[in-house]
Amino acid sequence: MTAANLESMYQEIILDHYKNPHGKGLRDPFEAEVHHVNPTCGDEITLRLHVTGGKIEDISYDALGCSISQASASVLNDLVVGKTVDEAMVIHEEFLRLMQGKGQVEPDEDILEDGIAFAGVAKFPARIKCALLSWMAWKDAAAKTVAEEN
Amino acid sequence: MKGLLPDLDLVRKDFPILERTFDGGETPLVYLDSANTSQKPQIVIDTMVDHLERHNANIARAMHHLGAEATEAFEGARDTVARFLGAPERDEVIFTKNASEGLNLVANTVPLAEGDVVVTTEMEHHSNIVPWQLATQRAGATLKWFGLTDSGDLDLSNIDELITPATKIVALTWVSNMLGTINPIAEIARKAHEVGALVVVDAAQAAPVLPIDLASMAEEERPDFLVFTGHKVVGPTGIGVLWGRRAALEALPPFLGGGEMIATVTMEKSTYAPIPHKFEAGTPPIAEAVGLGAALEYLMHVGMENVHAHEQAITAYALERLATVPGVTVLGPADAAKRGGAISFELDGVHPHDVAQVLDSKGVAIRAGHHCAKPAHQRFGVQASNRMSSYLYTTPAEIDALVEGLEYVRTFFKLDK
Repeated sequence: MTAANLESMYQEIILDHYKNPHGKGLRDPFEAEVHHVNPTCGDEITLRLHVTGGKIEDISYDALGCSISQASASVLNDLVVGKTVDEAMVIHEEFLRLMQGKGQVEPDEDILEDGIAFAGVAKFPARIKCALLSWMAWKDAAAKTVAEEN
Repeated sequence: MKGLLPDLDLVRKDFPILERTFDGGETPLVYLDSANTSQKPQIVIDTMVDHLERHNANIARAMHHLGAEATEAFEGARDTVARFLGAPERDEVIFTKNASEGLNLVANTVPLAEGDVVVTTEMEHHSNIVPWQLATQRAGATLKWFGLTDSGDLDLSNIDELITPATKIVALTWVSNMLGTINPIAEIARKAHEVGALVVVDAAQAAPVLPIDLASMAEEERPDFLVFTGHKVVGPTGIGVLWGRRAALEALPPFLGGGEMIATVTMEKSTYAPIPHKFEAGTPPIAEAVGLGAALEYLMHVGMENVHAHEQAITAYALERLATVPGVTVLGPADAAKRGGAISFELDGVHPHDVAQVLDSKGVAIRAGHHCAKPAHQRFGVQASNRMSSYLYTTPAEIDALVEGLEYVRTFFKLDK
């Protein structure tokens, strides 16, 4: 990996989110709590989701892991809190499309905002799971709240 | 530097992959991940190619020239393994696909009953934990653990509570893949044998670096079973070894049933081949076994005493150099003489994945994560660590490259600001 690739992966935005994560910590109230682990590296996240009337009031989390997984949880919090679950799913799909695009996907900045900084990570297969850990946990929590509401 | 292999330059030339570069030739490979898998000398590669090109046939059944040659090569590899381990008998050497399979073989066949105790340690690789969890759960037996001291040694203070007449198995690693600790196998085996327990030793990290001579060990201090894997001793993947004391192996029922492991088969029942074939059902990894034989011949040619001295010199130098990097904490024994070739460490403020990623941009290959030893990480309150591991081809200059790389990691993540 060249120095340029390294810079593309560790964008300033990612390092900023890593040093000052948004919304970190576990808070009440919540309707669903999930715990996800990346078995290859041991990164972990406990994530709580608070939804009222289909709107995401809060995502709180406690996570251990690398800069990519921590920054990704922070960006997730930024992007989906205040949105409806349906809107958040659209953002989720776009983030997933970016991360699974092998570095070939041009991300939609209107949807992903700071999340486009992860485009460089998508070139490193070993790190994609790091970026997706919190997003998969969120999706799992959302499915649980939806199931409970029904 | 005292202890280094005198022909280190020549040894390095035996390993073609060490010539690899990245970024269009700008960045040379600095391979410090040998505890994960070792690199292969040309002689191993050539031996396997030669086998496949000229001698390939199935073994022990083909009535033709090639069958005889392949069988001779395969059984010759078994002789080489026996010499490498100093095994009392060559038929005590069972080929498996890796060390995990060897441990699973024993854990699945050794008789355990309700109330029995299996003892393992907190520093084991998951492959010496999970098979025993499964076995004890199946039997209603109990799994107990040797703890670790703060310095990364086994805590033997409660050995009399752990090893009692209820203890049937003591399963432990010879050298820790995370902490590097060399465990007092002889002392623990003696204690276990006093109560009639069987001793199962994971030598996956020991076989690459320690001279092993089973026959010269006092019988009461010798393990009953020992496993290692080919790919960590400059051999290929897909081949491992279970050595067992003849009587201990003969007491076990077969593990996998199939071709080549039988004496005779009728529709009512089967009888089994004597060891080693009783435990080698089906066509084994033949070329891989032949490659392993070449690998062990290579190591014995260099001399395991010399390999060990080289490892200790490099490890001592690495411990000394790592101590100069601000924020680095080494896990495990501080004395190189008490360690194998793996050194796990933390860099304060940077997650191991990020350390490894940035080092990789400088060509330096280390491992980051839990190294399949989660309980050991938990013991030291860390979730993941960085691990550098050297081997007989590692140079002091490569340790310098690691240290420079770590300085670069510190700059990259702005740790001094």
